[in-house]
Amino acid sequence: MATRENEPTSDGESAGGRPSPERPMVRFDSVTKAFGDNVVLDGLDFEVAAGEKLVIIGPSGSGKTTILRVLMTLERPDSGMIEVGGEHLYHEERGGKLVKASEKHVRRVRGKISMVFQHFFLFPHKTVLENITLGPVKALGVPKDEARERACKLLELVGMEGKHDQYPASLSGGQKQRVAIARALAMQPKVMLFDEVTSALDPELVGEVLGVLRDLALNTDMTMLLVTHEMGFAKEIGDRVVMFDNGRVVEEGPPRQMFSQPREARTRSFLDAVLDHE
Amino acid sequence: MTAGAVAQASPATWDWDIAQRMMPELLRGLSVTLQATLVGITVAMVLGLVLAMARRSSLPVVRWPVVGFIEFVRSTPLLVQLFFLFFVLPDLGVRLSGFTAGVLGLGLHYATYTSEAYRSGIENVEKGQWEAAVACNLSTRTTWGSVVLPQAIPTVIPALGNYLVAMLKDAPLLSTIAVLELLAVARQLNSQLFRPLEAFSLAALLFLAVSIPAAILVRYLEKRYGYSRE
Ligand SMILES: Nc1ncnc2c1ncn2[C@@H]1O[C@H](COP(=O)(O)OP(=O)(O)OP(=O)(O)O)[C@@H](O)[C@H]1O
Ligand SMILES: [Mg+2]
Repeated sequence: MATRENEPTSDGESAGGRPSPERPMVRFDSVTKAFGDNVVLDGLDFEVAAGEKLVIIGPSGSGKTTILRVLMTLERPDSGMIEVGGEHLYHEERGGKLVKASEKHVRRVRGKISMVFQHFFLFPHKTVLENITLGPVKALGVPKDEARERACKLLELVGMEGKHDQYPASLSGGQKQRVAIARALAMQPKVMLFDEVTSALDPELVGEVLGVLRDLALNTDMTMLLVTHEMGFAKEIGDRVVMFDNGRVVEEGPPRQMFSQPREARTRSFLDAVLDHE
Repeated sequence: MTAGAVAQASPATWDWDIAQRMMPELLRGLSVTLQATLVGITVAMVLGLVLAMARRSSLPVVRWPVVGFIEFVRSTPLLVQLFFLFFVLPDLGVRLSGFTAGVLGLGLHYATYTSEAYRSGIENVEKGQWEAAVACNLSTRTTWGSVVLPQAIPTVIPALGNYLVAMLKDAPLLSTIAVLELLAVARQLNSQLFRPLEAFSLAALLFLAVSIPAAILVRYLEKRYGYSRE
């Protein structure tokens, strides 16, 4: 059962939903990002296939959030290039040369991406329904009625039907995060970014959000990048796990192998620490 | 007040007839004061918002002149600004009526204050709201209009109310540039009828009659918007 329609557009991705290795959906090409002297991404190269569910792990401060933020255009990389769906995010061709992209170009390409944050960031002055319809109506030009209808379906999908007219302040953390997921889905992104979306939740509310994410991961062909410390969940839904440290990929592989027989000592000690903690 | 007057050399006692004769003129003056204040606060509210938003521009060519303007206006007295607008601009070929110059002066001067209030209101909107707007791919315009300002402005309303009351009390400065507002009328009446007691007491009472309700309104706004609605 397809839980949402993810209309493939110009780039000819099949709706099959599994990774298509020949053409990555996301590509980082020697991306560097520093805050002052602190080099957070150090010539980072990596690719995410279309439809792939990529789990990103790594110690605190290793740059996991920064990767997602650079992709969402919340931070500008200092150098390097990023492609999304075969298009440059921060560059565009003009007169046969690759130059710094205009705001307009960046905004168009970043429209393929949406993000769910650790701290939800719902719009507090808008109802649940308005939170979800704002982007589609203002950025995608979807007619209001249609946007509302689709928002209702998405709310059902995340188990939040009947809460349309509530304000975020009246929701629990788990409910807020489910609305935030619906809000991101409403933008019909090809790529969804999840930055530790259950870390700010009370333990008893984590399950409901992971449940929604699991449904999404297993039933849609969206490309997903998930930063998470929920290793059990990562094992279940991840196609691939990438271990980061000091702005570089330490190791990557399928979850089964990464969690049971990591090759690198760095990965092993990190996993030991995280699993101990659980 | 009457007791003090009685103690003076030439005792003046309240004359209801004189008071009654003064009232229509004074009310006309009050109306000018109110008009100047209302137009002035509107200018200050709109311009202050524009200044606060421009100050956040990513372009230094927009940001710096705005900062300079705000600093300059705040560091000079309102009276000097009024004189400049009314007496100097004509030499530069711009002739403004006293009322226009006055309203503009009040508006510009107070805009630099309201812009600070807006600025803190805008800064109090959490950074994540801007980021969520990016995740929803909103344009800059929609981000301001639908996300940031609706959260920032309610928190600024009490401060705006305070500036309204302050401006009302600054309006008599307009009498120096030939605007017949309330205090100017009172002075005129005094010099015609030699009755300072009635002229200025009534003027003070009329100011009170407006500023007390305005202060109550501000108190109400503070209760309503002063802290988060959640
Ligand atoms: N805006 C910023 N200004 C300065 N330094 C920053 C900024 N954002 C991140 N950093 C620094 O960059 C490094 C990487 O941060 P990042 O948030 O990407 O790590 P992370 O892997 O997500 O860590 P965590 O698991 O704690 O969330 C950290 O050292 C952090 O202090
Ligand atoms: Mg992080």
